[in-house]
Formats: sequence, structure tokens, C-alpha cells
Amino acid sequence: MGTFIIRRVLVAISVALTISVVSFMLLHLSGDLATSIAGPEATAEQVERIRVDYGLDRPIVSQYLDWLGGALTFDFGRSYYYQSTVVDLIVDRMPITLTLGGLALALAVSISIPLGVLAALKRDTWIDRLALLFAVVGQAMPSFWFGLTLIVIFAVTLQWLPAAGSDGWQHFVLPAIALGYYATPAMMRLTRTGMLEVLESDYIRTARAKGLRGGSVIFKHALRNAVIPVVALAAVELGFMLGGSVVIESVFSLNGLGQLAWDAISRNDYPVVQAVVLIIALFYIVLTLLADVANAALDPRIRTR
Amino acid sequence: MTTSHASPRVSPAATSAISGGEIPLPAPAWSRITRRVFGHRGLAIGLVLVALAVLIAVFAPLLAPHDPYHQDIANRMVPPVWHDKGSWTHVLGTDKLGRDTLSRLLFGTRISLTIGLVAALISGVIGTTLGVLAGYFGGRVDAVISYIITTRLAMPVVLVALALASLTGGSLTTVIVLLGLLLWDRFAVVSRSVTQQMRDAEYVYAARTLGCSLPHILLREVLPNIAGSLIVVMTLEMAHAILLEATLSFLGMGVQPPLPSWGLMVAEGKAYMFFQPWVIAIPGIALFVLVLAINLLGDGLRDLNAPGGRN
Repeated sequence: MGTFIIRRVLVAISVALTISVVSFMLLHLSGDLATSIAGPEATAEQVERIRVDYGLDRPIVSQYLDWLGGALTFDFGRSYYYQSTVVDLIVDRMPITLTLGGLALALAVSISIPLGVLAALKRDTWIDRLALLFAVVGQAMPSFWFGLTLIVIFAVTLQWLPAAGSDGWQHFVLPAIALGYYATPAMMRLTRTGMLEVLESDYIRTARAKGLRGGSVIFKHALRNAVIPVVALAAVELGFMLGGSVVIESVFSLNGLGQLAWDAISRNDYPVVQAVVLIIALFYIVLTLLADVANAALDPRIRTR
Repeated sequence: MTTSHASPRVSPAATSAISGGEIPLPAPAWSRITRRVFGHRGLAIGLVLVALAVLIAVFAPLLAPHDPYHQDIANRMVPPVWHDKGSWTHVLGTDKLGRDTLSRLLFGTRISLTIGLVAALISGVIGTTLGVLAGYFGGRVDAVISYIITTRLAMPVVLVALALASLTGGSLTTVIVLLGLLLWDRFAVVSRSVTQQMRDAEYVYAARTLGCSLPHILLREVLPNIAGSLIVVMTLEMAHAILLEATLSFLGMGVQPPLPSWGLMVAEGKAYMFFQPWVIAIPGIALFVLVLAINLLGDGLRDLNAPGGRN
């Protein structure tokens, strides 16, 4: 187990480093940053001045190493647009995105697991079919459009909840639903498949043969085993949702990390863009790492692979 | 030849996200599922709707009642025909510039289908090449490619696509190329694991013994046998690319006006959605139906492709 964890941590660190290289190079090589920053009306002279002022004239490798050196101590430089450091901006916006992601995950888990269990237990009935329809629809629904539809129904027509902002818990309900639905289909299907498999296994038959009641078999024995892969998937889905929150934050005008990234992208504020991409990737990497370790702890077979 | 199976270095959690999502490989559960939800009606419905979308895309100029780019300021925000103030001249109404919504919707089918098809083809070539090489050779090759896949999975696709689209100045071509370069992970994961299963198959062994060249083995023996799984991934990635294009265009970094991208149509209608909700409902429903149809088609194909899945 020890070597397994050490190996996974080393892989995680090198993946994070690779991502920092790739995202840095992609941003610097896919367009001329100095021209973008200067804007369409700038003269060639002004562009050159920006290039020198921002240090964009130096070799790209030395630019990267400088940036990485700072990033390792959480110094991502200063924003081109705001009068503040990138770290301050990120620390300021992070709680909103984490709240949104956490709520969305809680919602997705509390819907998908019971629904998946129910669908497996009531296999081939209308409940099963309804659950699957719910999943199929969720997969095809564009999340930005689902968000807007929620606003039209619950904020405008029924006036139950606010449409925009992030002052109180009410502001997070609709965005969490919009983001959470996105993660639900995969988790529900995995729960259902896992339950079906476990219910057919020998140890459940043994438990039943011992005369244990249905409820106890399902919850004490079956669910506990069926839920292991779902926990891993939930961690990964949280990582995806943090990355995808840029869409939902824009729809609901939530001032989180995603909105910060989107603003930074439209204002050519590259230090911020780079930092947010790296931070979101780090979240994903840490979450998958935790999921893998948890999985290995629960299922010894994984460790030897 | 080494028979020891290379360890799957792609993070198990990360791959389970993909396989838990849509990848059918080990468990034919989803095919059973779909069959029960829609019977083979699912495949039929998906096929009919996708065929319909293709026909609409091809014959858009003949079907569209108006020029999708023609602005008529006197007739702005005309409601659709079922509304009290609607009329048959503009069946689905007009937008804020007086352009006919139905005509834009019909022409928009071209954008969505082109993006889905071309982006999925590009990512299919990249992902399949990586996956087949990793699965066939195992060992070091597999380790390196699995590492690349892991890295790609950890990159926030929407953010990276947004940033790159903004830098390269979003256009139809750049969006297609960008999505093609970003969405190859599922192709790689699936083709890797299917190739792993068949690299020791007798016909591959026979080809090797006969002295067939490596390209021959990979292209003539391996590829045809994983084609079924690849087609399924292809449909899922088409749907994925279509949704992502719509998202990018909605956020203003994808296809640029005046092109009738459905995501862009939703973005343009956003300011009017409070009192004229149909301006976002119509393109949104079109997007939903097309993606649903492609997914149904993919699930149906998986059904037929799954071992013993024909009954």
C-alpha cells in the first residue's frame, strides 16, 4: 500500500508539472500575446513596448521557468487588468466555486445513488425506465441552456429563487441544480450496474440464505460494495464540475473562479488564465489521487496492478 | 513477445469516469438498458432523427423560407406562429435583428453536424493511433501513452478551449480543429483496452508468424476488429463536440456572428428570455434533440455491436 501511494503521488506531481508546461506553451504559442494585450488599435511601436514591459520578448523557456518558480510558492504574478496579485484574486473567488461544486456534488450524489439503487431493485419496471430516461435526458441537455431554462421557470415565472448573484444560499440553489444534473447520469448508471452485479453475487445469496431480511441485505451488504466505484467517480465528477463551472457561473452571474477565468480570457489577462487553469487541474489531480487511494484501500486487488 | 500485461497506468479513477460515463466495454449494461427503455425503437428513433438532420443540413437552402442572414428591422422579435401575434410568414418568429428563426435553425444544422463530424474524425485519428499503439506494444510505449492520456484528462477542457479559441480568434475552422485536438481521450482509452484484448488473438499471432509488416497488422488485422467500438465512441464524441461548440459559442468564444450557430442563437436571445422565452427555447430544443438523437444512435449501435446483443 505504501509503495502504491508513493507511486501515485509521484505520477500526480509529474502530471501537474506537465500540465503547467502544456498550458503555458499553448497560451504563448497559439497567438501573439503582446498583440492581443495591446488591442486592435495599437501601433507596432506600442506592441513592442508591451512585449518588453511584460517580459514577453525573452526566450519562452526562461519565461516559463520564471513563472514556475513563482507558481511553486503560490506567486502567480500580478493581474494585467486588476490592481492586485493573481493569488489574491483566486483566494477571493475560490469559496464561491467550491461552494457551488460541493453543493452540486451533494445534490448529484443524493439523487443518483438512491435512484440507481431503486432502479436496480425494481429492474424492468416503470421506475427503472423513468430513472433511465432521466439519465438519457441529462446527457443530452446543454448545461448553459438548462441553467437559463431554470432561471425562466423558477426565477422569472414562479419567482421562487433569485436569478443572479451570490449573496445567500438561495443564490446557489439553481446553479447547483444545473451543475449537479450534469454529473447525475453517469453516477446513477454506475450505481445501478454495481447493484445489479452485487445482487447476483454469491455472498448476497448466502446472506439471504442465512435468513437475513431484505432491507438489511441490501443496505448492509450490497450497497456497501456497489458504492465503492461510485465514490471514486464522484471525486472525478467534482473535478469535472469545478472545470465546467465557468459555464454555470456565467449563466447565473456567480462571481467565482470560472467567472474570473472567463473575464480574464476576454480581457487577455493571461497570468490569471494560466493560474486558474493550473489550479483547476490541481484540484482534479488531487481528487483522482484521493479516489485511487481510497479505492485501493477498499479493494486490495487494485494495489497489485 | 512479452505476455506479461502492462499495468494500466491511466488512473483507475480517471478511466472509471469515462467508462462510468458512457464507455460500454466491460459491461454491456447500457445496451441492455437502452433496449429496455426504448427497445430497438431507440436505435430507430435516433437513426431517423439523425438522417433527418443530415437531410435538413444538405437541403437547407431549399427548405428555408427566408435568407438566414437577411435583416428586417421592421419585423424584429416576431413571436412564433402559435403565439397570438404570430404569423405563418415567420413560423418560428424572428430574432432581434428581424432574421427568420426557422431559416437560421435549418442552416444551423449544417454548423452543428460539420463540427460534430470533423472534430470527431480528427480526435478519432489522434486517439485511435495512440490507443492502438499503447494497447499493441504494452510496456514502455503503453506507459508513455497512458501518461499522456492521464495528463489530457486532468486538463479542464472547457477552460482550455475557451482560452485557445479566444487567442486564435474564434471561427468555425479554429473551433473544429481545437475540439478535434482536445477530445481524443475517450478514443484513446477505448482503443487501448480493446487492442490489449486482441493483441494475443490467434489471427494477430498468425499474421505475425507469416511475417506481415507492422502497419499491415495494425491496419488490416487490429483496426477492423476494433472498428465497432470506435464507431460507438465516434457518435458519443460527435454529441460531445456539438455540445461543446454550442457552449463556446454561447460564451462568445466560439463560432462568431452572423453565423447561425445554435449556441450563438441562445446567447443572442438571452437578453430577451424573460418576456420572449421562445428565443432561447427554440435553438435549445434543437440542440437537445440533435444530441439526444446521436446518443440514441450510438447506444443502438453499441447494442448491435455487443457480443450476443442481437437478440
